[in-house]
Amino acid sequence: MTGSSIIFYLLAALTLVSGLLAVTTRMIFRAAIYLLFSLIGIAGIYFWLQYEFIAAVQIVVYVGGIVVLIIFSIFLTQQAGEQLPKQKLGRQLFSALAAFCGLALVMLQLSQHVFTETGNEPIEPNVTNIGNQMLGINDNGYALPFELVSMLLLAALIGCIVIALKIKPESK
Amino acid sequence: MTEPGLGHILFISAALFFIGVYGFFTRRNLVTMLMSVELILNSVNLNFIAFNKYLWPDRLDGLFFTIFIIAIAAAEAAVAIAIIINLYRSHRSIDVENAQDLKY
Amino acid sequence: MELHISEFDIPCSLFDIQMINGTYIALIPLLPLAGFLMLGLFGRKYFQNTSGIIGTTLLLISTVLALYTAYGYFFEYGKVDGVYQRFVPLQYTWLEFSKGVSIDMGIIIDPISVMMLVVVTFVSLMVHIYSLGYMKGEERFPTYYAFLGLFTFSMLGLVVSSNIFQIYIFWELVGVSSFLLIGYYYDKPGAVAACKKAFIVTRFADVGFLIGILILSFYSGTLDFNTLIERLTAPDSNELKNAVAASFLGISALTWGLVLVFIGGAGKSAMFPLHIWLPDAMEGPTPVSALIHAATMVVAGVFLVARLFPVFAISAPDALSIVGYVGAISALIAALIACTQTDIKRVLAYSTMSQIGYMMFALGVSKYGGEEGLGYTASMFHLFTHAMFKALLFLGAGAVIHFIHSNEMKDMGGLRKYLPITHITFLIACLAIAGVPPFAGFFSKEEILLAAYQHNPAIYWIALITSGLTAFYMFRLYFSIFWNKEHHPHGEHHGEGGFAMMMPLVLLAVGAAAAGFIPFGHFVSSDGTGLEAKFHLQFSIAPVALGLAGIFIAMWMYRKQNDKPGKLAASLGGLYKAAYHKFYIDEIYLFITQKIIFNLIGRPAAWFDKNVVDGLMNATGNGTQKISEEIKRFQSGKVQQYAIYFLVSVIGLALLFIYVWK
Repeated sequence: MTGSSIIFYLLAALTLVSGLLAVTTRMIFRAAIYLLFSLIGIAGIYFWLQYEFIAAVQIVVYVGGIVVLIIFSIFLTQQAGEQLPKQKLGRQLFSALAAFCGLALVMLQLSQHVFTETGNEPIEPNVTNIGNQMLGINDNGYALPFELVSMLLLAALIGCIVIALKIKPESK
Repeated sequence: MTEPGLGHILFISAALFFIGVYGFFTRRNLVTMLMSVELILNSVNLNFIAFNKYLWPDRLDGLFFTIFIIAIAAAEAAVAIAIIINLYRSHRSIDVENAQDLKY
Repeated sequence: MELHISEFDIPCSLFDIQMINGTYIALIPLLPLAGFLMLGLFGRKYFQNTSGIIGTTLLLISTVLALYTAYGYFFEYGKVDGVYQRFVPLQYTWLEFSKGVSIDMGIIIDPISVMMLVVVTFVSLMVHIYSLGYMKGEERFPTYYAFLGLFTFSMLGLVVSSNIFQIYIFWELVGVSSFLLIGYYYDKPGAVAACKKAFIVTRFADVGFLIGILILSFYSGTLDFNTLIERLTAPDSNELKNAVAASFLGISALTWGLVLVFIGGAGKSAMFPLHIWLPDAMEGPTPVSALIHAATMVVAGVFLVARLFPVFAISAPDALSIVGYVGAISALIAALIACTQTDIKRVLAYSTMSQIGYMMFALGVSKYGGEEGLGYTASMFHLFTHAMFKALLFLGAGAVIHFIHSNEMKDMGGLRKYLPITHITFLIACLAIAGVPPFAGFFSKEEILLAAYQHNPAIYWIALITSGLTAFYMFRLYFSIFWNKEHHPHGEHHGEGGFAMMMPLVLLAVGAAAAGFIPFGHFVSSDGTGLEAKFHLQFSIAPVALGLAGIFIAMWMYRKQNDKPGKLAASLGGLYKAAYHKFYIDEIYLFITQKIIFNLIGRPAAWFDKNVVDGLMNATGNGTQKISEEIKRFQSGKVQQYAIYFLVSVIGLALLFIYVWK
C-alpha cells in the first residue's frame, strides 16, 4: 500500500462520490458545486498520472470557465435556493437499471480484454513537446485541428451572442 | 492491493460515464442535464489520457484529443447556456418536461 | 398479329363488276357499324331528321353487296369438283394464345354464310325502311337507327365469323344490341324488366356456350372453324379419338362440349326451357321485334348448330338427337301456348319459338351427306322463308298497332276495310306459315316433315300435330284482327301507314309467296354438294289437309263474333288454363331463383361477405390504427425519453454483436 495508491483511491472516491451527488441532489446550486469537486478530482487524477499540462488545462477551462458559466446561468434563469422537482420513481428506477446494465456490460468486456502495450520509448508529455507537436505540420502535427478548433470557438462565440440576444422592440 | 493500473482508471471512467448517463435521464432541469453531459465528457477525457499513458506512451495523440475535447466542450456548454436562456425567455421555465413542442 | 387476305376473288359479271373480294365482303358488316358510330355519336346533334335516311342508305349498299356476293358465289364461281367451297378471304390474327390456338377475326364464305348475309341484310333493310314511317316523330330517332346499325353489324359479323371465339364475341354483341333495343322505351318499367330478363337469360346460356368452346378447342387444339371441323370429323384423327375417349359421367367429352354449345344456342333461340325472355321481349318497338326476335337474332342458335353440323352429325349423334328433341318439344309447347294468348305480339312471339323449334329438330334428324342430309337443307330453307313471312307478320302487326294504338285482340276486329294492304299481306303471310301451297312455307315445311318422317317417327308425329295447331292459332289471330266484330272508328286521325310502311310489307309478301320456288337444295346442303328435293305428292296430303282443317276450325270459331271460343276454353278446363299461363314456367323460374338460389346461396354468401370478409378488412384497419396509436407515443417530444431508448438500444445491439453474431 504505497502512498501513491492511497492518493489515487482518495481522488477516485472524491470524483465518483461528487459526481453521484451532483446528479442526485435536489438543490441546484449544490449540484454545481459537487460538479466542481468532481472536476477537481479528475484534475487530481491527471496530476497523479503525471500529465500536468492537461490537469492545468482542466482546471483553468473546466473548473474556472464552464462551472462558472453554469453558475451564472443558474442565477439568470431561476431562484437558486428552491428545491428541484423530483422525477417519477419509475423513470428513476428504469434509468438506474439501464445505467447499471451498461456499466456491467462495459466492465465485463474490459475484464475479458487483454490490453497489449507497445514497448516503445516513452515520450515526456512536457510543454515543449506538446507545443512542438501541436503546431507542427509534419506527420504527427496537429496544426490543422488547432486551426479548426479555433474557428469553432469563434463560431460558438458568435452563435451564443446571436442566440441569447434580446430583440429590442423597434422604438419610434 | 495492487498498484492502480489501466484497469482501475478505466473502471473510474466507465462509472463516471454511467453516472452522467443516469443524471441525464433523470434530471428535470436543463442546467442539471448540462452538468451530466459535462460528466460524460470528462469520463471520455480520462479514458483518452489513460490509454495514452499506459498503451502508447511514445505518442501524444490521446493528450491532443483531450485538449480538443475540452475546448469543444467549452464551446458547446456556452452555446447550450445561450439556448437555455432563450428557452427560459419564451417558456418562463427550464423544466424539460415543459418543452414538448415536438410531440406527436 | 397479321392480316391475311387470300387471293380469293369472286368473279361477278353482273353490271360489269369484275370481282368481289375480301375487302368488299368486309364492307358488308362494316357499313352498318359506321352508321352506328356516326349516328350514335353525332346523331342527336346533327342528324336528328336525316338519321333514318343515312342508316337506310348504308344498309342499302350492304344489301346490294350481299346480293352481288351471293350471285357471284353461287352462280359464277359455283361448285368446284361438285362441292361449294369454303373460303376464308380475310383473316386477322388478333390474340395468339399459342401456336395454332389464336383468336382470329376472319370472314368465312360458304353456302350458309352467304345465304345468311342475304337474309339479314334484306330483312334489316325492310325494317329500316319501315321504321322511317313507324318511328317518325320519336325524339330519340337517331339513337334508334344507331342501335339498328349496331345490331346489323353484330349479326352480319356473327354469320361470317371464321373463328369460334369470334362468333362468341359477336354473339354477345348481338345480345347487347337486343338489350338496347328492347329497352328502347326506357321509361316503361315493363320494357326495362324485359330487356334485363332477355340479357340475363341469354347470358346465362352463354356460360354453357363458353365452356363448350373451351372443351372443343381443348380437344381439337384450335379455335378456327375449318380446322376444328376437320380435326373432329376426320375418321382417323387423334383429336377425335381423344375427345371421344375422355368421358365424364359416362358421356364423352365431345358430346358434352357440343351439348354445352347447343345450350348457348338454345338460349339465344328461345328453346325450352330458356324461352322465357322471348315473349317479354315484345315490349320493344315492333320493327325491332320483326328484325331481331323473328328473323335474325333468334335464328343464331340454329345457325350455330348448322355451322358445327359436321361435328354433330359425324362424331356425336347423341348430341344431335338432344337437339332434335329439344326443338320438337319447344315447337309443340309454343304452339299450345299461342292458341290461348290475346296480345297479338305475344302470339307471334310464341309462333316464332315454334318455328325455330321446327328448324332445330330438322337439324336434329338430319344426317351428313347426300340424301340423308335433307334435314339440314330443309332447316336452312325454312330459316330463309320464315324470315320473310315472320318479318311480314310482325310489320303487319305493327301497322295494326299503329292504327289501333293497342296490342290486345279484344280492341281489334273488322279492320279489313280500314287497312287493305296490311290485310292482304297479312293473309299471304298466314297462308305461308300455315303451309298452304303454293306459298313459301309449304315447301320448306314439307321438306322438314319429310326429313323427320324418314329418320324419327316420334318427331314426325309431334311436328304434324304442331303444324295443325300452327294453322289454327295463326288464323285465329287473322280472323280476330280483320273479321270478328265490326270496327267503329273513334279518334284515329290517320289511315293505314304511309309509303315507307307499306312498301316493305309488299316486298316481303312477294318473298313469302315466291321464295318457295327457289331450288334451295342446289345451293345449301350438309356437305356442300347439291341436293335434289323431290316432291312427294302423297306425302304432302296429310300436312296440307291438317292445315286446311285448322284454318276452317279457326274460321268457324272466330269469323263472326260468338261464344264458341269461350265454351271450348271452359271444356278444356285445366289444359286451357295451363296454356294461358304459359305452363307456369316463369313462376317456376321465379320460385327457383328467389326461394332456392337467393335464400340458400345468396343470403349466406352476402352474410359471409359482410361479416367475415368485410369484418376481416375492418379488423385489419382497426388493428393497424390501434397499433399506430400506441406506436406514436414514442414520439413524445421528451428528449430524455429518446435518450433512454437510445441507450437501451445500444446496449441491446452490443449484446447482440458480442454474444450472438460472433
